[in-house]
Amino acid sequence: MRFIKGRNVIHDFTDTDENEQERVVRAIAGIDLDVKEGDFVAILGHNGSGKSTLARHLNALLKPTSGTLWVDGMNTAEEENKWKIRKGTGMVFQNPDNQIIANVVEEEVAFGPENIGVPTEEIWKRVEHALEAVGMTAYRYHSPNRLSGGQKQRIAIAGIVAMRPKCIVLDEPTAMLDPTGRQEVLQTIRSLNQQEHVTVILITHHMDEVLYADQVFVMDDGKIVMQGTPEAVFSNVEQLKSYGLDVPQVTELAYELEQCGFPIKKGILRIEELEEELTALYQSGFRLHK
Amino acid sequence: MKNITIGQYYPTDSVIHRLDPRVKLFGTMVFLVSLFLTNHYLGYAVITICLAAVLKLSKVPFKMLLKGLRGILILLLFSVVFNIFLVPGRELVHIWFLSITAEGIRRAIFLGIRLVYLVIGTSLMTLTTTPTDLADGLEKALRPLNKLHIPVHDITMMMSIALRFIPILMEETDKIMMAQKARGADFETGGLLKRAKALIPLFVPLFVSAIRRAIDLANAMETRCYQGGEGRTKMHPLCYKKRDKRTYFIYAGYLIAIFGINRILVAFQILPFLFA
Repeated sequence: MRFIKGRNVIHDFTDTDENEQERVVRAIAGIDLDVKEGDFVAILGHNGSGKSTLARHLNALLKPTSGTLWVDGMNTAEEENKWKIRKGTGMVFQNPDNQIIANVVEEEVAFGPENIGVPTEEIWKRVEHALEAVGMTAYRYHSPNRLSGGQKQRIAIAGIVAMRPKCIVLDEPTAMLDPTGRQEVLQTIRSLNQQEHVTVILITHHMDEVLYADQVFVMDDGKIVMQGTPEAVFSNVEQLKSYGLDVPQVTELAYELEQCGFPIKKGILRIEELEEELTALYQSGFRLHK
Repeated sequence: MKNITIGQYYPTDSVIHRLDPRVKLFGTMVFLVSLFLTNHYLGYAVITICLAAVLKLSKVPFKMLLKGLRGILILLLFSVVFNIFLVPGRELVHIWFLSITAEGIRRAIFLGIRLVYLVIGTSLMTLTTTPTDLADGLEKALRPLNKLHIPVHDITMMMSIALRFIPILMEETDKIMMAQKARGADFETGGLLKRAKALIPLFVPLFVSAIRRAIDLANAMETRCYQGGEGRTKMHPLCYKKRDKRTYFIYAGYLIAIFGINRILVAFQILPFLFA
């Protein structure tokens, strides 16, 4: 089933510059989007490509200027759908400090369920489950101020999980984290997708974060310019680079080798994959210059 | 800035900590009222005994309270000294143009006791109640004000968010200060005016960042379906337990005792005698 369906979605910002001149900036320029329920989707793009704006459309924080976007069958432009959409689609933002409301971890996780009027006993169950799902049960009574960035981000995710959404949108959740924190958060996201079957939409500009996605969308200048499995997207190294994006090191190496004349398949994402390719090549007795 | 005890929480488990925040809020009010209605040493003796008992029960170290008193030391000294010298009455000592009167000393002592106890009483409440509990307690205790269209929930929500962001903004202030110092800003020398001016490059970025954080937070709250207090449930709903009800009886007894002593002293004309 299609969970998110967008048809020709356009979003314009009106900007006023120093000379009081109004200027219209087209952040999203006609996007068609289809996301299946239970999928892990990554949206890639450099800064200013419109990926964050798109994310804010997915739970009705922004409405399309024109075009239509349906989330779980509901049109995001209709006011009466707003809270239903937000209940079903949670969102995690970039800065972990700016999205934590409460002074105690467990109350932070309870904030969402409290807002949608879940009865007290049910809140307790949900908080326990959500904290377990992100592996933060031990910090239940701690103050969020003392936690590390990765831990704060996991708490923010738990806060969404406790609302039992069908989909979680993460807007560059790892951009402000150290490598350890990034790993923690990514593992949490993956396990949510695989064990709880939550649809995940991960917005990022880190290439290595999209490797586990089912689908990758590449955005540039407000449009979706590439779309497909990670393997398919990363086999077009030249095209990716033209959008100001890097590829993972191992993909880059494989690409360069292929350019030199080694018959290596395209879209290699993992070191082991390249290792296998090269071993097979060596055993087949391949020599570059015969 | 580290000397502020009001709003600080002392984590431990005691009878006082476990009380419903509304009980503690109401108790603080009762205490303040009794403090300002009492006008004689016997009454203050009773108040002191009660305060000491609560302090003992709360397991808060006395040192914590003294730290809070440091903040009002100057105010305390000023008001005591002024009272000693400026209240007219029966003269005891005369130095140059100043005279110390018996009434002056009495007033100074009472004022001193009131100020000190006021700070101890209110800090005792905040030291034994988490900010979240305090906000919840206020919200529920002030709910009748909703009828007067005072947005009680919104105010308490702002309060608890402010409390959460104090440490974050403090840290940010430190960072900006260091960044400005690294670029040659001088916060420590010069007259009052110069120093005040030096703070501008500190406050401008601080405000910009605070506003930015507020926008982010508002977005985060909206995505989590926050729509104000209407239809909200609680993870920790406040409900009175037996001990809370008992405490209210203790308050009643306390008030009766304070008023009673006052009355008896007046009725039997002991009051003037005590201060003769």
